[in-house]
Amino acid sequence: MKKWVFWLAALVVLAAMESSLRGLIGAYNYQIVILVGINIILAVSLNLINGYTGQFSIGHAGFYAVGAYTSASVVVYGGPAIRAATAFLPQTAQNAVLLLLGIIAAAIAAGIAGWAVGIPSLRLRGDYLAIVTLGFGEIIRVLILNIDAIGGARGFSGIPQLSNFFWVYLGVLITVVTVHNLVNSSYGRAFISIRDDEIAAEAMGVDTTRFKVMSFVISSMFAGIAGSLFGHYTMYLHPNSFLFTTSFYLIIMVVVGGLGSIEGAILGAVLVTVLLEVFREFGAFRLVNFSILLVLIMIYRPQGLLGAWTLFRTRKPAPATK
Amino acid sequence: METFLQQVINGISQGSAYALIALGYTMVYGVLRLINFAHGDVYMFGAFMGYYLANIPWIKSGVGTSAAGAVFVMLGAMVLSAGLGILIERFAYRPGRGPTRFTLAFWLGLLGAGGGQMAGQTFTSVVLGAFAGIAAGVVLELLGIRPVRQESRLALLIIAIGVSLFLENGGQQAFGADPKFFPQIIPTTSFKVGPLDLDSQRVIVLLVSLVLMVVLNIIVNYTKTGKAMRAVSFNLDAAKLMGINTDRIIAFTFALGSALAAAGGILVSLLYPRIDPLMGVMPGLKAFVAAVLGGIGNIPGAMIGGLIIGMAEVMAVGYGQSTYRDAIAFVILVLILLLRPAGIMGKGMIEKV
Amino acid sequence: MGILDVRNCTKRFGGLVAVKALNMCLNQGDLYGLIGPNGAGKTTVFNLITGVYKTDEGSIELDGRTIHRSKPSSIARLGISRTFQNIRLFRSMTVLENVKVARHMRKKQGIVDAIVRTRHLKTEEDEIERDAMNLLKIFNLDARADELAFNLPYGSQRRLEIARALATSPKVLLLDEPAAGMNPHESLELMRLIRSIRDEFHITILLVEHNMKVVMGVCEKIQVIDYGETIALGTPKEIQGNPKVIEAYLGGA
Repeated sequence: MKKWVFWLAALVVLAAMESSLRGLIGAYNYQIVILVGINIILAVSLNLINGYTGQFSIGHAGFYAVGAYTSASVVVYGGPAIRAATAFLPQTAQNAVLLLLGIIAAAIAAGIAGWAVGIPSLRLRGDYLAIVTLGFGEIIRVLILNIDAIGGARGFSGIPQLSNFFWVYLGVLITVVTVHNLVNSSYGRAFISIRDDEIAAEAMGVDTTRFKVMSFVISSMFAGIAGSLFGHYTMYLHPNSFLFTTSFYLIIMVVVGGLGSIEGAILGAVLVTVLLEVFREFGAFRLVNFSILLVLIMIYRPQGLLGAWTLFRTRKPAPATK
Repeated sequence: METFLQQVINGISQGSAYALIALGYTMVYGVLRLINFAHGDVYMFGAFMGYYLANIPWIKSGVGTSAAGAVFVMLGAMVLSAGLGILIERFAYRPGRGPTRFTLAFWLGLLGAGGGQMAGQTFTSVVLGAFAGIAAGVVLELLGIRPVRQESRLALLIIAIGVSLFLENGGQQAFGADPKFFPQIIPTTSFKVGPLDLDSQRVIVLLVSLVLMVVLNIIVNYTKTGKAMRAVSFNLDAAKLMGINTDRIIAFTFALGSALAAAGGILVSLLYPRIDPLMGVMPGLKAFVAAVLGGIGNIPGAMIGGLIIGMAEVMAVGYGQSTYRDAIAFVILVLILLLRPAGIMGKGMIEKV
Repeated sequence: MGILDVRNCTKRFGGLVAVKALNMCLNQGDLYGLIGPNGAGKTTVFNLITGVYKTDEGSIELDGRTIHRSKPSSIARLGISRTFQNIRLFRSMTVLENVKVARHMRKKQGIVDAIVRTRHLKTEEDEIERDAMNLLKIFNLDARADELAFNLPYGSQRRLEIARALATSPKVLLLDEPAAGMNPHESLELMRLIRSIRDEFHITILLVEHNMKVVMGVCEKIQVIDYGETIALGTPKEIQGNPKVIEAYLGGA
């Protein structure tokens, strides 16, 4: 299939679904579908660093927050000027421009944050890296808490609602395709070689630091995009949405589904989000059972529900020729 | 200068509480190479056990007058928390190391109880659910469902996170989500030493922490079990080959660490009596930072790390940066790991190629 | 001046001097053996050459370029590749992918190429795959290209490691105990293979090996070290008769 045919079809389907979905499933379910989509973006991107590159980061919520707040700031503070500049466009197109600018700013800001965090910390390994990323995530949150222009502890309100099913799932599609193409390229093999054996990878000419930072930055950029889509859907941001527990839940999605499998991350994101929503009436109790299930899965199936299973295999090897 | 000294004293008492929790992290890391994320919640559990013990009528009537009552509350909570530590180790971490029985029955029993609560919300439904779960677990185990040997530390870490979530949310169910107020189990008296205001709580916190750390040092350095602990943390497989019952030593380590965390929980509750099921989250993380700061796996390091973190926090709050309080521990952590990844007292390791 | 020049290299671990003012000079096309009793510092020498450890004193040059301050991946790019004593394959990858990884650094693909899947990427991927398959064929591994490297029998894993190392197109190939764990038949096969690699790929080979039959049979020049110091250097014949060497091996005072 030609690439542009795929993307055109995707746009048409997404637009059609956007116009009918809310009426079909109701506002409440629509919101869950949106949350699922945002969590898929987060889980799939986190999987790039945790699953494929084998670096244990538990600070994803920090980059998610950077994206959300950056995008909201750009739209709230830069909105009037951008609208004035695009006044010749219809309202919907203006919104799209605004959102896209927000998303781009979010991706760049989160990417820079990822780079700034990754450069010093990625030379640490395993548990140390985990705890430093967690620390950075918390530092980012406390910084946001102390910036008054973006609401501080009161939360950031008055964000226009720009994102919807169409945008969120377009984001999902772009994330999944990007990560899929990436991990099935030489870059992906370099990531996996680092996960499998860092010393051997380095000896085979893989610049491990460079690839680790790269995977970290890409992962952060998508977290930023997810943050932007989130803020422009909920119209309100609070630092408490980006606690390290959020990072924990993201890791749980990745691990429950299966580390190093895109399908696994998607499955994990859907399962965790939906289960927690469906049983919301039981409050903390559902979390008790959820945590037991998590422990059981990890004890009895540590590779996750899907393991490294994947729907789309890479290409078959070509025959050798002289 | 006086305020400064006053802050130093506050910092030391806050820091010694962190140190008590950090010790558990560091010991468990020593023997299992695992960040036991559930450790902060054991600290919370300890505080609640203290709360309930202190509210037993015949203790309550004597609290404030008898030192014996306070000692009973303290030791009781420590013993109960040690039990919790052993349970966590036995049913969450040990299955990954080798064949263990009743793991499935244990968790499915809990799950069944939870399911019963969600379905019927009566005592009978909970008990029925628990029994159904246990039965299912036993049957599945007989059918040959076995825990998988944990190759990756990641899975073990996720288990730790799972146990932590379990204790936090289970705590909200069992103890109620609203904060409770820890009773004054020792009488408050304030006195002045030179220009400094001291009170009995702070002094007691300091003294008890000191005593516990000395006791711990004696156990680790001068008893046979302590020697075995050091052997296990040096090399688990070799220790096993030398005839050490490693499972028992690991369980003992968890018990010891949990008891110290419980003591920390009670001591902090003396200073800040508001307790709730999520109270362990932040101190737990900060204590872990303290352990890393001191060089994880290193016992004196954990004590020093705890003191540094406590001191830094109190200083920052005392000098007007209270909104940044929660970030300070992490800033210190990041700096330390970047400058000296092995921590203050730790030794670097070279990977064999 | 040789292709690989180790000059006065010293490496200490704490108080232990693992390598002491070591000199070593390989000429283009050499089949050079580095031997010594256990703990003599042979693997440390490998780790110094490949940049895993940094030298405390002395210098290492590859083709006249100083390399002892570079990181391992840069050294690999400059043309030194290696195998490992305790096999270090990428365990979750297939046999073919293991070789492909090593081939990447000789290619140029941008990250945008990878994400958007440009035509350029496709042709280059095909090239990588062809090169990799050709290498596997030489090592008799092409039939198992799609299997997980981890599932190969021991001897094949050793051969795959050599194939992977060659995929980086090295000037100098370092083999760390390639015959370890092989039976006499397999080691004989290996000796033939090592010679043919040198001749076909026109590279220089440095070999650390415990199996004396292999070393004596395949190497043209041998350097013996003990306690990090050179005690003998010469042809296999000269080495075999050297009293110092015999003493080191038999553990005389």
